[in-house]
Amino acid sequence: MTQPTTLLDAPDIAPEPPRPNRDVYRDQLIDLMRADARVVCLDSDTGLFNSVDWGELAGRYINLGIAEQNLLGAAAGLAAVGHRPFVNTMATFATTRALESMKLDIARNNLPVRIAATHSGLAAGHLGATHHCLEDLAIMRLLPHMTVLVPADADQAGALVRAADALPGPVYLRLGRGATPALPPDAEPIRSGRAQTLRHGSDVTIVATGPYPVLRSLEAADLLAEQGVAARVLNMHTVKPLDEAALLDAARTTAGIVTVEEHWVQGGLGSAVAEVTSAALPCAPVLRVGVPDAFAAGNGGQEHLLNRNGITTEAVLTRARRLVALR
Amino acid sequence: MIETSTTERARRVRRRVVDMCANPEGGHLGGSLSLTEILVTLYSSVLRIDPAHPESPDRDILILSKGHGAIGLYAALAEHGFIPEEHIDRYARPDAPLTAHPHAGIPGVEWPTGALGHGLSVGVGHALGFRLTGADRWCHVVMGDGELQEGSVWEAAMAASTHGLDRLVAVVDRNRLQITGSTEDNAALEPLADRWAAFGWDVHDVDGHDPDRLAEALRPPEAPTGKPRVVIARTVKGKGMPQVEGQARSHYAKLTDRQRRRAHAALTAQDPRGSRS
Repeated sequence: MTQPTTLLDAPDIAPEPPRPNRDVYRDQLIDLMRADARVVCLDSDTGLFNSVDWGELAGRYINLGIAEQNLLGAAAGLAAVGHRPFVNTMATFATTRALESMKLDIARNNLPVRIAATHSGLAAGHLGATHHCLEDLAIMRLLPHMTVLVPADADQAGALVRAADALPGPVYLRLGRGATPALPPDAEPIRSGRAQTLRHGSDVTIVATGPYPVLRSLEAADLLAEQGVAARVLNMHTVKPLDEAALLDAARTTAGIVTVEEHWVQGGLGSAVAEVTSAALPCAPVLRVGVPDAFAAGNGGQEHLLNRNGITTEAVLTRARRLVALR
Repeated sequence: MIETSTTERARRVRRRVVDMCANPEGGHLGGSLSLTEILVTLYSSVLRIDPAHPESPDRDILILSKGHGAIGLYAALAEHGFIPEEHIDRYARPDAPLTAHPHAGIPGVEWPTGALGHGLSVGVGHALGFRLTGADRWCHVVMGDGELQEGSVWEAAMAASTHGLDRLVAVVDRNRLQITGSTEDNAALEPLADRWAAFGWDVHDVDGHDPDRLAEALRPPEAPTGKPRVVIARTVKGKGMPQVEGQARSHYAKLTDRQRRRAHAALTAQDPRGSRS
């Protein structure tokens, strides 16, 4: 039998285990509803709010059933008459099933609808291809007026919900399913629309969005540092509008940019970054890490699927080394 | 020849469903237990499909449009010899063949489903295709009642009756519950039979746990009716597992080994009609 050996060193209070970012979103939304009578929670049978005792807020929690087109259209209507709806569904249903409502009813009219999209990327894990969403960044960043926000951990989810609430137009908030690890506690606070610098460095830049892409980028940066390569790591929590100044500075002052995202490799963050750099600095290299042009291989949990489908520390490392070698 | 009774098959299907929900990921328990007699009746006495040749070009088609009933489907496919028991044992394990929603490549699975409100439109396409080629084939689409809240279902319903697709059969697993509670509190479906009738369908409203009534409603009629048919199967979410019967929380569950064993014991004890076939 193994005896615990760290008893004497154990802190008095164990650190809180990380929470799913969708749970933090829910709690933050309830606070916003208390503070602002215009904020409405529109649900589509997600179950995310099953444990909530709405109390005096009950009238502003509205469950419209499993009907995502109606959900997004109704959100547009509510917003047009002065309410600020937060819409709840899974990323894939919001962005592909209800896309026309999103484009024409919400984006075209620049309405303050906040789309809280859970189960993004491969977060749905073993639920399979119908519930994976590897296309939402590509789709949402195409829509005029849309702001696209991606928290890298639970704390950032809270901060970005508050940021979303302060914006005048529509916002897509990309959330997950299960708990993901917290970022290092010393990270600089995030500012809306500005990349968060998680590591300073001048040899190469890694730009990542979402929990695991950011964590694996940090791991890659640590491994590079052991070899004397100083990698800058930018958490691009705001995919639209992109922090172009940070990207162009990275393209000018480092060997190039590696992008990392839990998304199909085409169309998402990597494409957005390459669009920015190719316009201003056509010779600046951008190498992308994402899921190849195929439905995700394998069966299993989120991390297992990420490993099976190429979102690994190793993939980041290989590309960063290539850029450093090219310099 | 003594055939295995539908009741016994249903009991074995439920055991497998319970077992799959005892894996570390859990599973869609309640809606798979409500489906059991519907699927067992279809595979036992309605569909013309040979498990040895599941891709035979003259087979009938079953689309499980409520893809979250996948473990119910897998259990029924194993019961009827389409897939090996080993697949059930390895459900949701890393890189195992069976996922929480059906995907292509599993013998007997006709369509990958899981996003709701797709199956009936696909079924309309099958039925149109059968008519174009004069094929003697049927298409059954099994839907959840919550799924009927998707507007696309009613687009398909209009198309099917307009085109007189009488080889298309929709089955609604009417257990009255979705994740957040009663369907009637989310987006009400009643009067459900009247709604389907108003959309031009031949409506059969039956006890969805009575294999005889289901078989009567699901079997092809003697003469063409010129109308698509809907069987509203009145069911109980979580049926057969007293701990969760009729409760919305049964939608998705991760069972402990103790809960699994209790459920097995309850299923063994429930044998109201003996060896009835």
